[in-house]
Amino acid sequence: MSAVFGYALWFAQACIAIAMLNGIVRMYIGPAAQDRVLAFDSIYMNGMLMLLTLGMSSMSTAYFDMALLIALFGFVGTVALAKFLLRGEVIEP
Amino acid sequence: MTATLPLWVTIPGTVLLVLAGLTTLIGSFGLLRLPDFFSRMHGPSMTNTLAAGATLVSSMLVSSAIAERPIIHELLITLFVSVSAPITGIMLLQAALYRNKARRSDDVSAEGNST
Repeated sequence: MSAVFGYALWFAQACIAIAMLNGIVRMYIGPAAQDRVLAFDSIYMNGMLMLLTLGMSSMSTAYFDMALLIALFGFVGTVALAKFLLRGEVIEP
Repeated sequence: MTATLPLWVTIPGTVLLVLAGLTTLIGSFGLLRLPDFFSRMHGPSMTNTLAAGATLVSSMLVSSAIAERPIIHELLITLFVSVSAPITGIMLLQAALYRNKARRSDDVSAEGNST
């Protein structure tokens, strides 16, 4: 049964890696700037999921803090980029 | 590696991990293949809700089985992602609407000048 869990971890990691590649392709070909910001959002969320699956496969708790920090800073970055697209500057005077 | 996990962790953990992987894959292909921006926004929101929730519950089960006590640290990430994903979506949607409207009015004024 544990071998099946290892295969499931491998499957989830492969799916997340393909999802990150799709996000990179969308960031490269994206016709507008908001498509690239959306691809960035998708890539950091996939990176967070990848770190969680790595933490499960290595049975260590250090990956959890990295995942939390990636979720925090990715949210801040996406909000700053969306604000820049909307207004032209991030912090308004 | 995973030899010490009990059965009540491996069965729901396996199901949740496969569900998370499939949802992430479908959402990313939606991000890649859908025709315009407003339909492309629906793809990554699948990753933000269902895949993140399933992976976090699975991680919670595994770390609770390793430490042999209930560990609910992952609820922090669940709470944060479920709060931040709609805010990100709304701000990107406002930016896209604003930029589409600005570009359309530019086109209209350019046509008006040329004719």
